[in-house]
Amino acid sequence: MGFLSYFISGVSLGAVYAIIALGYTMVYGIARMLNFAHGDVIMVGGFVIFTIVSTLGMPPFVGIVTAVAACTVLGVTIERVAYRPLREASSLAVLITAIGVSYLLQNIALLVFGSNSRQFTPIVTLPNLVLAGGKLTISSTTIVTIITCIVIMIALTLFINKTRMGQAMLAVSEDRGAASLMGIDVNKTIAVTFAIGSALAAIAGALLCSAYPSLTPYTGSMPGIKAFTAAVFGGIGSVPGALIGGIVLGIIENLSKAYISSQLSDAIVFAVLILVLLIRPTGILGRKINEKV
Amino acid sequence: MTKKKIRIQNAVTYGMVLIFWAVVEIMDRTGNLSSLLKGLLVPLCMYAILAVSLNLTVGILGELSLGHAGFMCLGAFSGAFLTNCLEGAVPSVGVRFFLALLLGALVAGVFGLLIGIPVLRLKGDYLAIVTLAFGEIIKNLINVLYVGYDANGFHFSMKDTTSLGLDKETGVILIKGAQGITGTPRAATFTIGILLLLLTLFIVLNLINSRTGRAVMSIRDNRIAAESVGINVTKYKLMAFSISAALAGMAGVLYAHSLSTLQASSNNFGYNKSILILVFVVLGGLGNMRGSIIAAVLLTALPEMLRGLNDYRMLIYAIVLIVMTIFNSSPKAIELRSVVMDKIRHKKTEKKEAA
Repeated sequence: MGFLSYFISGVSLGAVYAIIALGYTMVYGIARMLNFAHGDVIMVGGFVIFTIVSTLGMPPFVGIVTAVAACTVLGVTIERVAYRPLREASSLAVLITAIGVSYLLQNIALLVFGSNSRQFTPIVTLPNLVLAGGKLTISSTTIVTIITCIVIMIALTLFINKTRMGQAMLAVSEDRGAASLMGIDVNKTIAVTFAIGSALAAIAGALLCSAYPSLTPYTGSMPGIKAFTAAVFGGIGSVPGALIGGIVLGIIENLSKAYISSQLSDAIVFAVLILVLLIRPTGILGRKINEKV
Repeated sequence: MTKKKIRIQNAVTYGMVLIFWAVVEIMDRTGNLSSLLKGLLVPLCMYAILAVSLNLTVGILGELSLGHAGFMCLGAFSGAFLTNCLEGAVPSVGVRFFLALLLGALVAGVFGLLIGIPVLRLKGDYLAIVTLAFGEIIKNLINVLYVGYDANGFHFSMKDTTSLGLDKETGVILIKGAQGITGTPRAATFTIGILLLLLTLFIVLNLINSRTGRAVMSIRDNRIAAESVGINVTKYKLMAFSISAALAGMAGVLYAHSLSTLQASSNNFGYNKSILILVFVVLGGLGNMRGSIIAAVLLTALPEMLRGLNDYRMLIYAIVLIVMTIFNSSPKAIELRSVVMDKIRHKKTEKKEAA
């Protein structure tokens, strides 16, 4: 039963990674940039919920809605101020501003909330699920996380395939120039992508902080990097790839923490990533790019 | 550029470093250097070396690497390890430091080569994430590494100090997992740092202006074209990557000898360090070694200079970073700059004509 419980909590951790990875993978697919500040948007979402639920004493639902709204506005603002002026510049320049934004968010949080870790009240208050006569306990947070991830995946797939905006996103990721010739507003499409990615980051923040309830200004950065790894692992730019990458990564991380060494779990995750990329250089579901002369 | 122009450019770069050294030395001798600045001098040299060496990978070879701190970590630990190992055999700290520099550069260079063989097949952002992953793996492995020696030789362990099984009387623990290496002599001085920076510049600048360097740059500009004129892409890529790694290793040894306790913590050798170095390279200008040094010195000194502002300093640093990048690279800002420059030039010529 030990294995099964580690496995399930791995799936749950992976589901959080998958939700974060969606933000990375959509932004990368459409704007061709690594949004290094994405992890810190998660942290902002966490702090918004913390303020509303723990400090102001409002119900968790209000906290989540406010966090989603705040992160959406934040994501669109970041895109408008820091990334849009550099749309035609080299990708390295955008990478550097993204790093700048990441430092900025961390330091604002540091000024407002201080560097001490805050105890986050889990937002899920349902009873835990006890199976097999008490041998296997699955926490309610785990179940909610997995269900949320599935719902988000289905909704997002439907959105991309069935709505005009989703089709516009696909078109922009395929060929930005041709899309704008077809009358698609590229700037608006990219802004919507950032809005969705950041809203998902807020939800991921709520789930992450419920599972690991200590909140600091640096909470988002390591899960951010891991989720980015998951996105690359599954093939960056692909929505199902983010799901597969996230879940596989979460399972590997939890199992290696349980059976090999908790200090080496990050190293093992990264080693698996390297192995996968050496065998499939564009990730599991990534498209192969043919080089033209 | 003609050969003469290149020589002048390089001389300016060396001259700039020497002038910096002279100014700091004079200030130090006359007692005008605050203790805060004194503590910054060795890190400044270290960051400059790291920036120049990373610029070789990013600017000259054209591959984005986010694992530079990993190579620095390897160099730092192998160097400090050697210095502590030879404590009994070689009494002179200077000689041990010199040997440590050689070993640190060698170890980092060899790892650069080993990692480069599989990794350099990948491109762009994939390469970036894999180099980041390697950096983190190196850091994590060193964090659980325990090494000691006794009369029977060396003992290694990945668990804890007791599982090393050292002889109780003669046993000495050298690397203590997350607690790292302690007791390395603090032999690194500003002058040594400047000498190493000059050496780095000498190696990198000569490489760029050689046949090899031109081959490396041709790969950056167009890999397929380079291949079709018979350039061995893998060989030159690996060469540039491992030289860059070796120089980072050397900077690591310098760093290790400026601290009494060396730990493979995230602050010291995490991916944030690699990103920090990349920031120097990009803001200094890709392929521009002088720019890398200036950016490294300014951006390392800036947060320290802002110490009076306490909590706000990193906030200001972040804003400076964003504004500088947009001002440097955004097409609109570039246009605006050229318009302003044109106006200034116009006025000058008008004045001349009037006179």
